[in-house]
Amino acid sequence: MNVIETNNLHKIYEGVVDVHAVNGVSLNIEQGEFTAIVGPSGSGKTTLLNIIGGLDQATEGEVMVGGTDLSALSNNELIDFRLNNIGFVFQAYNLIPVLTARENTEFVMLLQNRPKAERESRVKELLTAVGLEDRLDTRPNQMSGGQQQRVAVARALAPKPKFVLADEPTANLDSTSTANLLDIMAELNQKEQITFVFSTHDQRVIDRARRVVTLEDGKIVSDITK
Amino acid sequence: MLIQIAWRNVWRSKVRSLVVITSITLGLMLSIFLMSFNFGMLEQRERNIITTQISHLQIHHPGFKGDPKLKYTIGEGAATLDQLADQSSIKAFAGRVITTGFASTTKGAFGAQIIGVQPEKEAVLTLLEERVIAGGYFPNGRKNTILIGDALAEKLGYKIPAAEGDTAPTYNFRKRLILSFQDLNGQPISARFRVGGVYKATNSILEKTQIFVQATDLKRETGVSGWHEIAVLMKDPKDIPVLKQELISANPQQLVQDYGEVSPDLKFIADTFATTMYIFIGIILLALGFGIVNTMLMAILERTRELGMLMSIGMNRIKIFLMVLLETTFMCMVGGPIGILLGYMLVSIFNRVGIDLSAFSEGMGSFDISSQVYTYVPAEWYWQIGLMVIITAFIASLYPARRALKLKPAEAVRAI
Repeated sequence: MNVIETNNLHKIYEGVVDVHAVNGVSLNIEQGEFTAIVGPSGSGKTTLLNIIGGLDQATEGEVMVGGTDLSALSNNELIDFRLNNIGFVFQAYNLIPVLTARENTEFVMLLQNRPKAERESRVKELLTAVGLEDRLDTRPNQMSGGQQQRVAVARALAPKPKFVLADEPTANLDSTSTANLLDIMAELNQKEQITFVFSTHDQRVIDRARRVVTLEDGKIVSDITK
Repeated sequence: MLIQIAWRNVWRSKVRSLVVITSITLGLMLSIFLMSFNFGMLEQRERNIITTQISHLQIHHPGFKGDPKLKYTIGEGAATLDQLADQSSIKAFAGRVITTGFASTTKGAFGAQIIGVQPEKEAVLTLLEERVIAGGYFPNGRKNTILIGDALAEKLGYKIPAAEGDTAPTYNFRKRLILSFQDLNGQPISARFRVGGVYKATNSILEKTQIFVQATDLKRETGVSGWHEIAVLMKDPKDIPVLKQELISANPQQLVQDYGEVSPDLKFIADTFATTMYIFIGIILLALGFGIVNTMLMAILERTRELGMLMSIGMNRIKIFLMVLLETTFMCMVGGPIGILLGYMLVSIFNRVGIDLSAFSEGMGSFDISSQVYTYVPAEWYWQIGLMVIITAFIASLYPARRALKLKPAEAVRAI
């Protein structure tokens, strides 16, 4: 079953010289995939991820996420859609610095108005899954980059999204942290059938991905399933 | 959680937040103090004028106010006096006979308002006896004895300024004084009086121009019977409207006025002052508001990536707006109450010890203001200021919140 479907997607940034960041991308991603979107800088990876994640709108084409046409949603509907359907992991971790690991993970569920008991058990479950059960009450500035990114993964998974979009999640991590993070994500993917889509040019991520979609100048130039 | 985040965000940049909180605290404390100083002066002025000059109510013949001729009197046996005597709400009342004329000695002649008073009643009504600083208060009820102001005593040569080495001036009451005025028939008359005492007034102009004589002497000299003015001092000013209405109903042929009508400038100054204070506080809060806007804009700018993340993961606009609003409100809610409390404490201290402005007593005396000012702020002003601080916080949060809401999550999340 397709979680994400894009059909002839275009994104043009207008300016003195128009930039065709995404140029006719048609891509289907199924439930449980572990997909890397790769390509050199400026190839359109991040733009494609933004459009799929409902953070940006396509100039032309169609994006269906779990059967919902994102272009038909208003801004407020898109915010709600992201909250309930998509998990985000960012390159720079982007945790809320004034909240602890537990609170950061719980935050999205609070936005969803989930009951307290459910929030507490889910937070514990997720932070244990990412190996941070002993850092529940630690704030981001007291954690390493790898630990922060693991909290970010736990936060992305907390609302039980249809899929997780990770934009260069390992760009700021050392080899050990990268390996740990990829192990955790691969395990979650296999055990719980959570769909992961990465944009990356980190070979370590590409090696672990089961499907690699390569972009160049906004076009898919290869799509390899291992 | 939103409240928790907003509160912790306030303390992310401690120095910056403390600067804003301190400026709110100091701004409010000093503006409350300045306000209390002005309120204190105004309140004392009003009290001085009421207790030493005009009292709470005045009754006149309707013709007297526009054209103060001797003939416009309230009869000696008027029902008004019986009515006043029966009122338990009255602290004191007294009748006065009033004319104008000249007071002359060998030193010169000066225009004066000559007021014939009932000494015993006037002593309670306007504290005239307490204000006597030299001589006596109509000693032994001696005929044709008068009381003059300290400033007039100096002009007429009764006051001998302190010589070098002396600490206080001396007074010589041996000199005779001639009062010239008209009698009831318009005939000019002159009568010899003896200065029995010198009084001090808060109003330096009245001190130069008002002469008090015994009403019996002035009535005898002018041929007037009855009173030109009956002044009434209430035990509780709240009872003024009731008594005023009763007096009007019982004596429709007389003019009954409360102190606001007798001296319209009192009410005008009070109203103008209140408006001025609102503008003054408004300007202080406006300046503080800009400081808050600046701080919050810096906070938003620094947290662009975080805000982008919050929008990306599904925090809606209302919650983003509320977060910014709460942060601003928290800063005001810390600085505001502390500022109001410190202001209240400062006001309380100077309400007890007063502020000595005797160096400016001459000028202040012209406006009935005492040289010792006791600070005072009406209680309702404190919560009004509190409300204004909250409104300022809300308004000051609007622009930064708007800037936050205008961020595009996809761009903001990658901001450097």
